[in-house]
Amino acid sequence: MDGFLALYIFLLAAFTGHEIISRVPVILHTPLMSGSNFVHGIVLVGAMVALAHADTPLAKAIGFLGVALGAGNAAGGYVVTERMLDMFKSSKGK
Amino acid sequence: MNLDMATLLPTIAKASYLIAAVLFILGIKRMSSPVTARKGIVQAGIGMVLATLATFAITGGDNLGLIIGAIALGVIPTWLWGKKVAMTDMPQMVALFNGMGGGSAAAIGAGEMIKFVHTGAVPSKTTLVLAVVGALIGSISMSGSVIAWAKLDGRMDKRFTFPGQQYFNLLVFIVTLALGAMLVMKLEVPIIVAFFALALLVGVLMTLPIGGADMPVVISLYNAFTGLAVAFEGYVMQIEALIIAGMVVGAAGMLLTQLMAKAMNRPISGVLFSNFGGGGQSAADIKGSMKPIEASDAASLLYMADKVVIVPGYGMAVAQAQHKIWELCKQLRERGKEIKFAIHPVAGRMPGHMNVLLAEAGVPYDLIVDMDEINPEFATTDVAIVIGANDVVNPVAKTDKSSPIYGMPILDVANARQVIVIKRGKGAGFAGIENALFYQDNCKMLYADGQAAAASLSTELKQIDGGGGH
Repeated sequence: MDGFLALYIFLLAAFTGHEIISRVPVILHTPLMSGSNFVHGIVLVGAMVALAHADTPLAKAIGFLGVALGAGNAAGGYVVTERMLDMFKSSKGK
Repeated sequence: MNLDMATLLPTIAKASYLIAAVLFILGIKRMSSPVTARKGIVQAGIGMVLATLATFAITGGDNLGLIIGAIALGVIPTWLWGKKVAMTDMPQMVALFNGMGGGSAAAIGAGEMIKFVHTGAVPSKTTLVLAVVGALIGSISMSGSVIAWAKLDGRMDKRFTFPGQQYFNLLVFIVTLALGAMLVMKLEVPIIVAFFALALLVGVLMTLPIGGADMPVVISLYNAFTGLAVAFEGYVMQIEALIIAGMVVGAAGMLLTQLMAKAMNRPISGVLFSNFGGGGQSAADIKGSMKPIEASDAASLLYMADKVVIVPGYGMAVAQAQHKIWELCKQLRERGKEIKFAIHPVAGRMPGHMNVLLAEAGVPYDLIVDMDEINPEFATTDVAIVIGANDVVNPVAKTDKSSPIYGMPILDVANARQVIVIKRGKGAGFAGIENALFYQDNCKMLYADGQAAAASLSTELKQIDGGGGH
């Protein structure tokens, strides 16, 4: 990937992150932190690719660790966020 | 276009990553409104599953057993743990999962560096710099989050300080940066090992001196760190989904950290480089006395009130009193009283944590009001019930310049006609500061455990009118 192209992606993604969170009410800060914590669990995908390419025992061990930790981030992050958001109900609803 | 499998699969995978990135962004956006939040996380979850499946397609079965084993090892315990963890323990849980993400990013960095050494490949300087920086940030985020988790989970002394600590930390950080710079010049295994050891140490050293009150800001900061680390390692691995998702979280996390720090009136630098609490001033200039009240008298105050505002703090959650409080509120609502919950931005242990705890007890979110919105309303409030909150309702934050909490935004509970404070004993708050509110004429102290107090208020209320909701 061209360095400048990557820089554009970095910048645009940063603006997006800044924009979508700036309208968040305080009541959702904790679930949102938890939700964004889940989203960076996508690191799992990078770790999977790294482990797939690993050919020495050391590289395999590091890759294994990376995949396990990334999977933990994604799975744990999803469960707790979903549990929290499941509880938000309006008195006007239902 | 050539349609053989070797080119088709990577294209499908890239397209899946693109869809996943869009789902993440839409998901986070939906999580910014209580009405759509639930859909948001499900959407992001679909993106994650899609991206993972696509990755299986392009890795083509290399080390497949190891990958599946590692995923199972990561998913099963965290899933089970996340399902049963108590809502009060959520902040440290988020810290721990975040630390795992940071560790994963650091592992990618380590793996790539080792690979470059073994194969003798010469990556571009940009790739190397981002691999090193991502590994540094990821390592700090991992070890720092683990310390934050241990502290919030009560497994470690609240603070650990020694003379000259900041200079020592700075020195370790500079050495770590120097090692990182050496790695960018020339990759060597011993330096890689030393670099990671020191990077992990930096995270530990940074977090050790920080007190529990500041921990939410730190967790949020590490959350942003992990996002950045994931984005940088995403460039190294040439996977756009990691760059986009990581960067979105990094930027959002930084903004969230600033919002929290602002709500606590603590600059981020103050959180990281100084110590909180400690030498508070004496309570010499607070006049008056604390006036106790019985549950029966408190119940009649509630009975006569038209508008009641509940001010919950973390103490309420510790006492698990939120269910009983909500029961009391339902009774008051049956009797036609207007009920609101006033939430300080840092009530609980993270901004919004209190909302989660109240939601767990069944309180509808439209009864829950933010500080800025509720503060003008206290003047027309008949009774304010403070339960488990202390520093966030302390008027000295506005009046006493020598107070450590001076300048912190507070809930203006003191303006209500009557204030009932439910409290176990006469002790000072989390920051060890006397609360001037408790000594005010319109303030009465109901000394009891939160749950017991809420229950006896309910009982007394029923006795007044025989349990009828009229």
